[in-house]
Amino acid sequence: MLTLRDVSFAYGDDVVLSHVDLQLDDAELVLVCGRTGSGKSTLLRMFNSLVPHFTGGTLAGDVLVDGVSVVGTPPRELAHLVGYVAQDPLSGFVSDTVEEELAYGMEQLGLDPQTMRRRVEETLDLLGIAELRHRSLLSLSGGQQQRVAIGAVLTMHPRVLVLDEPTSALDPTAAEEVLATIARLVHDLGLLVVVAEHRMERVVPFADKVVAVADGQVTSGPPAEVLAGSVVAPPIVELGRLAGWSPLPLSVREARRRRSEVVDRLGEPSPPLLPEGADVLVARGVSVLHGTTPAVRDVDLTLVAGRVTGLMGRNGAGKSSLLWALQGGVRRRSGSVAVDGVDPAAARPEKARELVGLVPQTAADLLFLETVDDECAAADRQANVAAGTCRDHLDRLAPGVPGDRHPRDLSEGQRLALVVAVVVTSAPRVVALDEPTRGLDYPAKEALTAILRTLAAEGRAIVVSSHDVEFVAGVADEVVVMAEGEIVSRGPAARVLTESPAFAPQVTKVLGPPWLTVAQVEAALPAAALPDGGSR
Amino acid sequence: MPEKGRASLPRDLAPGAWWVWALALAAAASTTLNPFALLLICAVAALVVAARRTDAPWALSFRFYVYFALVVVVVRVVFHVLLAGGGYSDDVVLLRLPEIPLPEAARGIRLLGDVTRASILSGLYDGMRLGTIIICVGAANTLANPKRLLKSVPPALYEVGTTIVVALSLFPQLAESVQRVRRARRLRGDGMRRTAVLRRIVVPVLEDALERSMTLAAGMDARGYGRSGRATPRQRFVTGALVLVALFLLTVGIYGYLDATAPRVIGIPALVLGAGVALLAMTAAGRRVQRTRYRPQRWLAPEWFTAASGVAVAALMEVADGAVPAAVIPPLDALPTLPVWCVLAVLVGALPALLTPAPAAAPSPDGSPTTPREVARADAA
Repeated sequence: MLTLRDVSFAYGDDVVLSHVDLQLDDAELVLVCGRTGSGKSTLLRMFNSLVPHFTGGTLAGDVLVDGVSVVGTPPRELAHLVGYVAQDPLSGFVSDTVEEELAYGMEQLGLDPQTMRRRVEETLDLLGIAELRHRSLLSLSGGQQQRVAIGAVLTMHPRVLVLDEPTSALDPTAAEEVLATIARLVHDLGLLVVVAEHRMERVVPFADKVVAVADGQVTSGPPAEVLAGSVVAPPIVELGRLAGWSPLPLSVREARRRRSEVVDRLGEPSPPLLPEGADVLVARGVSVLHGTTPAVRDVDLTLVAGRVTGLMGRNGAGKSSLLWALQGGVRRRSGSVAVDGVDPAAARPEKARELVGLVPQTAADLLFLETVDDECAAADRQANVAAGTCRDHLDRLAPGVPGDRHPRDLSEGQRLALVVAVVVTSAPRVVALDEPTRGLDYPAKEALTAILRTLAAEGRAIVVSSHDVEFVAGVADEVVVMAEGEIVSRGPAARVLTESPAFAPQVTKVLGPPWLTVAQVEAALPAAALPDGGSR
Repeated sequence: MPEKGRASLPRDLAPGAWWVWALALAAAASTTLNPFALLLICAVAALVVAARRTDAPWALSFRFYVYFALVVVVVRVVFHVLLAGGGYSDDVVLLRLPEIPLPEAARGIRLLGDVTRASILSGLYDGMRLGTIIICVGAANTLANPKRLLKSVPPALYEVGTTIVVALSLFPQLAESVQRVRRARRLRGDGMRRTAVLRRIVVPVLEDALERSMTLAAGMDARGYGRSGRATPRQRFVTGALVLVALFLLTVGIYGYLDATAPRVIGIPALVLGAGVALLAMTAAGRRVQRTRYRPQRWLAPEWFTAASGVAVAALMEVADGAVPAAVIPPLDALPTLPVWCVLAVLVGALPALLTPAPAAAPSPDGSPTTPREVARADAA
């Protein structure tokens, strides 16, 4: 269905892909994985000519869709063959309501009204969004928007569906919804679905084939084979590697069956230690209103020095509002916040930054200069600290970021590190991060975990909101779960995360509590039990 | 009268009908300065809005137009006090204010001075006329989704229509973007200079906007926007040329029509010719388009009826202007009067509130009543 023949792609001298051969067939769910910036998106966008039509660059070799070369054909002429859904569904919507959005592509194809009407109805049912048909697209939740975006290309009856990180912005439950939909398309309609995804643990169990992109090279094959040698792999694969299982387990079910092989060899888990320290931030009865809707209701929260607190909950549960209220950037309706006895909301912004440093969801909002060095120098000036402080932080967090580079040209991970460095330059007592793992691959998330642990070790209190269960399991000492603006559960990570199936990390699902991460298991395994090359 | 049956089932009228109705009401308002007639037109617009608006987001904006209209009236009166005080010598003086002498260069402008009844009234009437026009446009915006109207443009103008629709939906996003970046400023601090502050906001917002539009463009392209269809380059050239010629003729025609000193020959004739060429261009462009429209809104009897009721008000107002000029442009020294037949004429505009199909309420998932009226009915039952 999709064939790449000796395809190379480069921006000037910057080679993204070189001599790639690839063959993808009908009725397959193909997972494309690789590190951030490895060329995953480039590969995906090649299938419908968005690369090089929208990006520039030089393409050599041949791209065939259904046996016909599409090199030189503009994307619009391929709309009926290849459906492409971009990362952020909202940014791609053209109309206001669900129904009109579903019909848009068909209008462009010039289908007759009868067919359009029928296909809209079919698609509404197929994706389970019939009750949303008249709703405004802006009023939908993230998962619903993503399903509408998929529906909007499905109505054109494409042969191939290409999805670029369809679940990166979604909470675990919404992500399940979308993935279930995708799996259904492959099984029921026999579509070829190509998905790029960073949080692979969700997609791997459904995938028929994995395409790994690294250093301009592409390897493809059955998931177990490809993942065995991949740099980026979900926890379950890491666990399988650690235990020396072959073939590698891809789903919790497969791994669970071989659980005893590992559990019997494991020593006692190190008891979860909740780092004790002084209370740095004390919030009592905090409420925040958005218009007339309460975003945060009467929340009590205490952040302790040296401790990382994970903040979880579905989209719109009030996590961001709470973090902003702690920083003082959003007005509290009621309640009190005190950082070492001072209310950040009442303090002047410069002072508030020394109390609570917040890395917002779109971290790039904080950056506005042309080079990394300029940003660092500006941060030093604004915080009134010795020149070079920010750069020191950056080097500690992410060594080797070129100083003359434009911040937008950095990788997601580097840019995040830069923003964290800028925020930390003011030496805040509390560092809050709002959804920092978006677009980060596994190694980058590990680096971020290390960064946060370092900051905590310096005696700061850290609070980080995230949908990413595996990330929270790795970084947090304590977890707070929010729903509808209220705290519904809190406690040590090992307890909260293992309590509910929705938030349980894969390792817990396989080995049972109290195991949370592969690193924990690795530490508890007697050294002799490790097979060669199985360690990370 | 609208026919019974399919056309009268609860549904949203074609947006064009509401716009014709509202613009005709606005035209009627623009011919008169009679405060009673103007208030009546406002009442008619408000009545129809109350009866026929939907629950859609744009349908909740009517009160903002009303506020705006009130502000316009107030501003207008205040300006008459400030600037045009005591323009009429034999008038009732309401308030004596000292006149501020202005230099010779500003002769003809009076600052303050005696406030007379006539000047206040003329400001009030004038403001009310403007306010009524605003309310009429607001009614159209409330009753009909403006974006849907853009979608009903002829196929030849489709690209332009889509561009405007997209631009309109980007505006709220831009506002959101500005808000976000401004909030982020608190986290980072600003430079010391004003330019730095400006840059601090403008740079991230522009980057954001640029990135968004690129994503959107890529998304639209991937979904088939602008597929060339079957037109040959020659056909495209001919269409383009026709459009340009039509635009040129129309511009010249409008200029000629509005400028009394221009030779008559470039007025109406150029307009007619321009319209003809434009029609030709649109058919030429429309013929090559392979696009279709999903659930197009058709003009049925209620649409014609709505549009006609609006036009009738405008036409009757024009008649009244000739028949009873003193009622249409009332004198400033006496209480204005309005003949009964004029009142009835304006009330014709309110008929759509009763005789058009009710708007279709978006059904709730469990089939329970959603509109207040349905809820009331269900409660009563």
